[in-house]
Amino acid sequence: MKSITSVNDFVIKFANVNGTGSASANNLFAKSIFRMGLPVSPKNIFPSNIQGLPTWYEVRVNENGYIGRRGGTDIMVSVNPQSMARDIKEVEPGGYFVYDNTKALDLRLMRDDISFIGIPLTRICLEEYKDPRQRQLFRNMVYVGALAALISIELDVVTGLIADQFKGKEKLIVPNVHALELGYQYAMSNHSCPIGITVERRDNIGDKILIDGNTACGLGAVYGGATVAGWYPITPSTSVIEGFEKYCKRMRIDPATGKKNFAIVQAEDELAAIGMVIGASWNGARAFTATSGPGISLMSEFLGLAYFAEIPTVLIDVQRAGPSTGMPTRTQQSDILACAYASHGDTKHVLLFPSSPKDCFEMTADAFDLAEHLQTPVIMLTDLDLGMNDTLSEPLAWDDQREYNRGKVFDAEQLENLGERFGRYLDVDGDGIPYRTYPGTHPSKGSFFTRGTSRDEYAVYTEDGSEYVKNMERLLHKWETAKEHVPAPEVFSQAGGKSVGIIHFGTSMDSTLEAVDKLAAEGIAVDSCRIRAFPFNHEVETFIAEHDNVFVVEQNRDAQMRSLLINECEINPKDLIKVLHYDGMPITANYICSKVREVVKSNNVTPIRVSSNASGEK
Amino acid sequence: MSFFKPAFRHPDAPVNELGFTQKNYEGSISTLCAGCGHDSISAAITQAIFELSIPPHNIAKMSGIGCSSKTPTYFLGNSHGFNSVHGRMPSVATGANMANREMIYVGVSGDGDTASIGMGQFTHAVRRNLNMMYIVENNGCYGLTKGQDSATADVGSMSKKGEPNPFEAIDLASMALQLGATFVARSFSGDKAQLIPLIKAAISHRGFAFIDVISPCVTFNNNPGSTRGYEYVREHLAASGTMDFVPLRKEISTSYEAGSSEEVTLHDGSVVHLHKADQDLDIHNRRSALKLIKDYQAQDKILTGLLYMDQDSQDCHEVIGTAKKALRGLKEAELCPGNKALQTINDSLR
Repeated sequence: MKSITSVNDFVIKFANVNGTGSASANNLFAKSIFRMGLPVSPKNIFPSNIQGLPTWYEVRVNENGYIGRRGGTDIMVSVNPQSMARDIKEVEPGGYFVYDNTKALDLRLMRDDISFIGIPLTRICLEEYKDPRQRQLFRNMVYVGALAALISIELDVVTGLIADQFKGKEKLIVPNVHALELGYQYAMSNHSCPIGITVERRDNIGDKILIDGNTACGLGAVYGGATVAGWYPITPSTSVIEGFEKYCKRMRIDPATGKKNFAIVQAEDELAAIGMVIGASWNGARAFTATSGPGISLMSEFLGLAYFAEIPTVLIDVQRAGPSTGMPTRTQQSDILACAYASHGDTKHVLLFPSSPKDCFEMTADAFDLAEHLQTPVIMLTDLDLGMNDTLSEPLAWDDQREYNRGKVFDAEQLENLGERFGRYLDVDGDGIPYRTYPGTHPSKGSFFTRGTSRDEYAVYTEDGSEYVKNMERLLHKWETAKEHVPAPEVFSQAGGKSVGIIHFGTSMDSTLEAVDKLAAEGIAVDSCRIRAFPFNHEVETFIAEHDNVFVVEQNRDAQMRSLLINECEINPKDLIKVLHYDGMPITANYICSKVREVVKSNNVTPIRVSSNASGEK
Repeated sequence: MSFFKPAFRHPDAPVNELGFTQKNYEGSISTLCAGCGHDSISAAITQAIFELSIPPHNIAKMSGIGCSSKTPTYFLGNSHGFNSVHGRMPSVATGANMANREMIYVGVSGDGDTASIGMGQFTHAVRRNLNMMYIVENNGCYGLTKGQDSATADVGSMSKKGEPNPFEAIDLASMALQLGATFVARSFSGDKAQLIPLIKAAISHRGFAFIDVISPCVTFNNNPGSTRGYEYVREHLAASGTMDFVPLRKEISTSYEAGSSEEVTLHDGSVVHLHKADQDLDIHNRRSALKLIKDYQAQDKILTGLLYMDQDSQDCHEVIGTAKKALRGLKEAELCPGNKALQTINDSLR
């Protein structure tokens, strides 16, 4: 048997039981590797359950910085007998299966092409601890210790992290370190350490941070000046509001009075959540909500009102696998069309597509500027993969000189000096964006009645068809204006590439860029274009026009982004090739490569060879 | 009906403490049916707010969808209004109120908008004790879609089509009481003398102030056999008593006989004088109000007046501990923690 040997390039997966405290041990493992200067991408694969069902934690370690999901498992750490049979099957040939050998392994499960490494977790804990709860909790620490020995994690790094983790609860440090050492010593004395897969310290992290996208969104809302959040709990979006609340409690309490400079209202449902956002925004506050697919369906009626009545609305959709309840704890990019055209009648909404936690932070803050400038809903489409997993990210930064763009709002003085009558829906500047007033601004000027029914430029109810059409046309004109304000795509061109182009967005980024590098190494030059917003900027159209074979990578069944491109940019459907992945797990570079290769080979495309430096130029 | 409102007003028209005449509080001309009870309610709101000397722009008018929800166009033309979506006014009002606690929120809804499609949102606005006045203009039917029974129609009440309503009515005042509303009243659109002080007290109340106003639909539910027609309601009204509302700034000039009246001081210092017709009513006791509503119902009577109030009520802002000033007025300096704090956060994530 040939065992896998690798330094700083592997996938390890932990098979646990939900609700047994494994999450913090697994985080400790991932963070230890991060602190050794190595890029990691941990992914939680969890059930829609609180306790008892199988749950997995998959960590990719890659010193070159590829943090998209790789697929396959080189080391499986089995702590859950329920899923043992399938976990053994999943290990790559030559891989390692670390398991609790307190009880002998069922011989029928044995494979002769992988290494079995037994650590008697249950026995060690049974001998060491009397309290059943401790036996379970420290068991997790024991396997982390064993792994430290098996793959050469610096023990000091792990103990340092434990000390950080229990800051303020110092008496917990010693027992945790002790459990760690139990596992470490057992592995050292009973196995030949290290195994073929090891980690070695590098300096490949720089100043990067490890944060989940939802927390970054919550923080973005704090920095973006949100004061009101209406929300309804739904996986996987809940931690957006939790993140907002956590940082608000830390940084938004009025020092003089101890009162909150924010209001978070847990609504009775998603309809009410978005209703609160619309009410607060209408009244001049920056407000937002976060939800997932089922919430989007419920919010659609209100989104139509916000579009038509032109009320800034910030909505963060952390997508999960639909339709209906779908797979609530699995990822997808399948709300694109539902969000782009949410609500009855002719509607279109501004969409933002973050690909990293830094994007989540910045785009959330920017969403408030955009929504207020354009006076319309802005929906940020993130997903479970980015939202709930700790993700390697550039550090967050804020320009202290930045002022919020509150859009076109007349204050009392401007109203007082306004020569003509105030027209709420009057296109004064020719960009389709009218002026608004906050309630309570002036005793006799600038008031208007906000409604979802048709009205004239002065917000007076009308059923006059020509007035209606005029308003709808202005909204389209505003949509054109939006194209200049939304973030432009990010295009990477390989030297000489023009034959093959890949369009991607959101969390498909890491795997797509890795695929581009892999294909380049095979001699297939591929350009990439990351869509960051809808409406599409003209650069997206140019990218499509400039390439003979354009792939659209997305994580849904129906090629929703492709449909949107075809519809909005009037592209011939034949010009856009689908690359679809939607089983609920994040897309991999290998999958994208295989799809591109298939087409490139069958179309007899002669790609221009690229030199060995695959990173491309911007 | 006339199609425009004359701009002329009598030069000696009375002014309130702010120097405004009632005209400053009027809206555009109503497009409801002539004789609609809702128009009387609009007039009562206009007069109450004029008399309270509230700057008109300090009020936000909130509504959902339906005949009743159209009415905010017909009063307080200098106030911002929001005609939202069907049954969802409470959430929009919640957001608006969270954004700016310094304004006064007047919500107008109907029986369809509140008791059917909006029941969920209504109950939660009550539960949060949102600081607003919430009026249901209750006519027992769907006017804009031509007269279907609503959820507040009495069982057996005859629609214009001549069919008796087969289902039990939802009594919104009882519901509000059970949900913990801190101010509950019922009135009749045709009884301005009762309605105006109720509106004043509701506006001065801190928390969710609910008024269920029976407001006959002249077109679809004013027929013989209907229990929401003018004639029927007038014949079956029973007032819990009469009341006066005395704002803080006014001196109490009227004297009342000892024992016949009760004074309730609101959080802003204004006073409600109650002259009870039924000595069984204890307006500080929810159960008393609930029982009395049922007792009168058993006698085929509709009990009106102020039914319950909690003058020590704490509104949603006080419960969740938000800042005293309007959140919408906060600027970058108070909202944005700045880059230095962000770098500390970055450090904690390494």
